[in-house]
Amino acid sequence: MKVLIPGGLRSYTERSEVEASGATLGAVLAELERLYPGIRFRVIDEQDQIRRHIRIFVNGAQLRDLAQPLKASDELVIVQALSGG
Amino acid sequence: MAVKKRKAASRKAPSAPRAKSSRKQSLLVATRKGAWIYHGDAARKTWRVDGPHFLGHVVSQLMLDPRDGRTLLAAAKTGHLGPTVFRSLDRGRSWKEAARPPAFAKAPEGEKGRSVDHTFWLTPGHRDEPGVWYAGTSPQGLFRSGDGGVSWEPFSPVNDDAEYRKWMGTVQDGTPDGPKLHSIIVDPRNPAHLYFAMSGGGVHESTDRGRSFKPILQGLEVVEGFDRSDPSFHDPHCVRLCPSNPDRLYQQNHCGIYRLDAPSREWVRIGRSMPKRVGDIGFPLVVHPRNDGTAWVFPMDGTTVWPRTSPEGKPAVYATRNGGKTWQRLDAGLPEKQAWWTVKRQAMTADAGDPVGLYFGTTSGELWSSCDEGRRWSCLARHLPEIYAVEAVEFP
Repeated sequence: MKVLIPGGLRSYTERSEVEASGATLGAVLAELERLYPGIRFRVIDEQDQIRRHIRIFVNGAQLRDLAQPLKASDELVIVQALSGG
Repeated sequence: MAVKKRKAASRKAPSAPRAKSSRKQSLLVATRKGAWIYHGDAARKTWRVDGPHFLGHVVSQLMLDPRDGRTLLAAAKTGHLGPTVFRSLDRGRSWKEAARPPAFAKAPEGEKGRSVDHTFWLTPGHRDEPGVWYAGTSPQGLFRSGDGGVSWEPFSPVNDDAEYRKWMGTVQDGTPDGPKLHSIIVDPRNPAHLYFAMSGGGVHESTDRGRSFKPILQGLEVVEGFDRSDPSFHDPHCVRLCPSNPDRLYQQNHCGIYRLDAPSREWVRIGRSMPKRVGDIGFPLVVHPRNDGTAWVFPMDGTTVWPRTSPEGKPAVYATRNGGKTWQRLDAGLPEKQAWWTVKRQAMTADAGDPVGLYFGTTSGELWSSCDEGRRWSCLARHLPEIYAVEAVEFP
């Protein structure tokens, strides 16, 4: 599936859009980690929680659970939350 | 937790190196928005800047491995992304991320685990243990790497011990930037002899390579009304071991300046002899590389709501030359008034020169230096982001 990468993570992917596969959000993130080592821990903490200022959307809907099933046709967007000044 | 009886370190301390005039100093500067390296000439008068590195990253510390003179580790994160450690094997020309940065153990199903917000402190291991590094984090945790910082393992006897977890408290028990595990010290005579401090939780010592730790609290004061026998209420800001006499520790604490001379386990408050209008509250403390009677502090305003600024807006370093019996104000060259910055616990350091060079970075992004042990100060750089840490190093 298509995964859109925020600016802060492009030092890993060197692209704003990458392809990754997986039956769940957790599996897709594991695939991203295999392709781009180090990227997962910047997004997901050691307790398997999405980090406080990171949001992940699939087809426009926010995901909070790594077990969430995904389809190959889904579009995943990783976002750095807008906050602060 | 299991606590073993303290065994006095018996090996003689190595003599601290004395910098020759031809040896060049460099300064590793970690800031809220990246890291810079300043390379000085032999006279420590002119400096060439290299940076920024990791622009936009919150860099808590940048540290050289003195055992090889080329490996640098940087503890970094961004406002959004999780924490990591970057490594350079060529003095900062190129960087690679650690394969497994410091991270707490995953909690058992149904229990709430902790996650590292940022790595705060980095300490290279003993000279006889190449590749060993220690790290302290926020929330408070102790970590070790045996492969030069590529992968990090949590110290379960501290991070997962019920008593230590109680003393550490929660993130809510710490300051707004989060409670820090800091001041990780390796005895230069004995790699099994370790110290660390927690900004909420006291000072701790191990003589068995970290398998067990024991608090050292005697003599330390706490905020009025709290129980000084409970490590939870102790707030060490910075602990330093004297390279010329590893039995001597100095400590800048939330409640004063202290000295400890092992085998005694009692801290002596030496800040009482500071001027009353200045007080003995601050964050950094620096020791002389060859003289265990000499130390420098940078007092701050710790009254009322804790402004954490220079007292009365008049910044000054204070030095003792006699183990804390007396203190001398050293402010020549520093702003005389209306300077409301201060210096964080990792942001003041000494080189090994003769006379010793001193350096500090301010919360307002200025880097100050003195080539004569603090008698005269000059501003080395301005307009940097808030400075978190400064280390003086010598690249071979």
